[in-house]
Amino acid sequence: MRESLAILDYGAGNLTSVAHAVRHLGCEPTITRDPDVVRAAERVIFPGVGAAGASMDNLRRFGLDRALRELQASGRPLLGICIGCQVALNGSEEDGGVDCLGLVPGDVKLFRFPAGITRKVPHMGWNEVAFTGNHPVFAGIPPASQFYFVHSYFPVPADDSVVRGTTTYGGVRFAAAMARDNLALVQFHAEKSGPPGLRLLRNFLDWKPQAA
Amino acid sequence: MLSKRVIVCLDVKNKKTTKGVKFAGNVDVGDPVEMGEQYYHDGADELVFYDITASAENRPIDIDMVRSVAQRVFIPFSVGGGLRTLEDMREVLLAGAEKVSVNSLAVKNPTVISEGARAFGRQCIVLGMDALRVEPTATIPSGYEVVVRGGRERTGLDAVAWAQRAEELGAGEICLNSIDADGTKSGYELTITSRVSSAVGIPVIASGGAGTPEHLREVLTEGRADAALIASMVHYGTYSIAQIKDHLASAGIRVRR
Repeated sequence: MRESLAILDYGAGNLTSVAHAVRHLGCEPTITRDPDVVRAAERVIFPGVGAAGASMDNLRRFGLDRALRELQASGRPLLGICIGCQVALNGSEEDGGVDCLGLVPGDVKLFRFPAGITRKVPHMGWNEVAFTGNHPVFAGIPPASQFYFVHSYFPVPADDSVVRGTTTYGGVRFAAAMARDNLALVQFHAEKSGPPGLRLLRNFLDWKPQAA
Repeated sequence: MLSKRVIVCLDVKNKKTTKGVKFAGNVDVGDPVEMGEQYYHDGADELVFYDITASAENRPIDIDMVRSVAQRVFIPFSVGGGLRTLEDMREVLLAGAEKVSVNSLAVKNPTVISEGARAFGRQCIVLGMDALRVEPTATIPSGYEVVVRGGRERTGLDAVAWAQRAEELGAGEICLNSIDADGTKSGYELTITSRVSSAVGIPVIASGGAGTPEHLREVLTEGRADAALIASMVHYGTYSIAQIKDHLASAGIRVRR
């Protein structure tokens, strides 16, 4: 039987693009907000655009927060994209402060630039991700590849060892890609990032995390 | 460092892509889905589809086209034309578009910007605006007036003030088209682009007038634009996206390649 992929639909925007991208890679996803479907899935993509507060409200309302914590404990692979990446941390500065899932220790902060530097926020467009190490989800991506970002807040993990790729905007260097055990998190939209983004998604679909 | 974006605009009429000179005398140049896919493979950073007749014909945009594009193109694309309600926007976003673009609708009913931003996030809402050079007056101090209906109707709004208002309302990006430059291939209108871009904290896409790669260099430096929209210079094969990006990169502008 083919492995099942669930894409979380929790009212946080465009998951169609993620679905189209994985279909293009030959995988038919189940788009769901049912926590039991998430519990049964072999792997899960947690996409999202929008605000952290509304996203967490919806995750709790559908009972997906618990399903995601169980998924983390189960060792099955989870990919968080953009808001799905941010709410995996402990909390976000957005919406006056939001408690998040805490799957990875750390916080999410608003872009503030060093004195003398002004940049537009959101950080919107293509920027380079410098990958480090040889994590399977980030393997085979050509050096200096650029990915598509749209965000005003960025992840600040407590433990640097989870950082697998960094990006710099206006003098702020932030974690654009993280991984820990069965979790892979990316701040950029892999599904809208052309060939390197598709490669990353392909890697995720093939990923067999080591038992934690 | 963020790259400057090269965005290809496909004007769609009767399911064909067209490129008009000052919005008149459109000629068919091809299938928008196939052209979009080709530009994706050629290295476009983003695509824009404008259904230029949907709003005049009072019909919704072609959702099947949006869905077909989304199945084949894995870069962001926005859709404009014929969007009248939040439901219209939702349908386009659910079909796979990254952003929706509102222009005359926002002039008529500015709350559509704030409602759209609240419902879908700011980053989804692009304010499209057409600016016409006029004599500066008390109400149009910048000397650029917002016009609608392809330039046929003046609105009494100052282009710079309207851009700032749109940002306050929640627009995530502004696509600024110069009616004077549009279709001329003699270069973007640098003055208004730079003034609008300096006046807002959201990205500005310059539109109208691109004829050579050097025009893009000008608007991305002197014009202070974050992105440049192109159409006929690639639709007719005059330049490839790679040639344009080579030119920008050789001038020290960071692009995605």
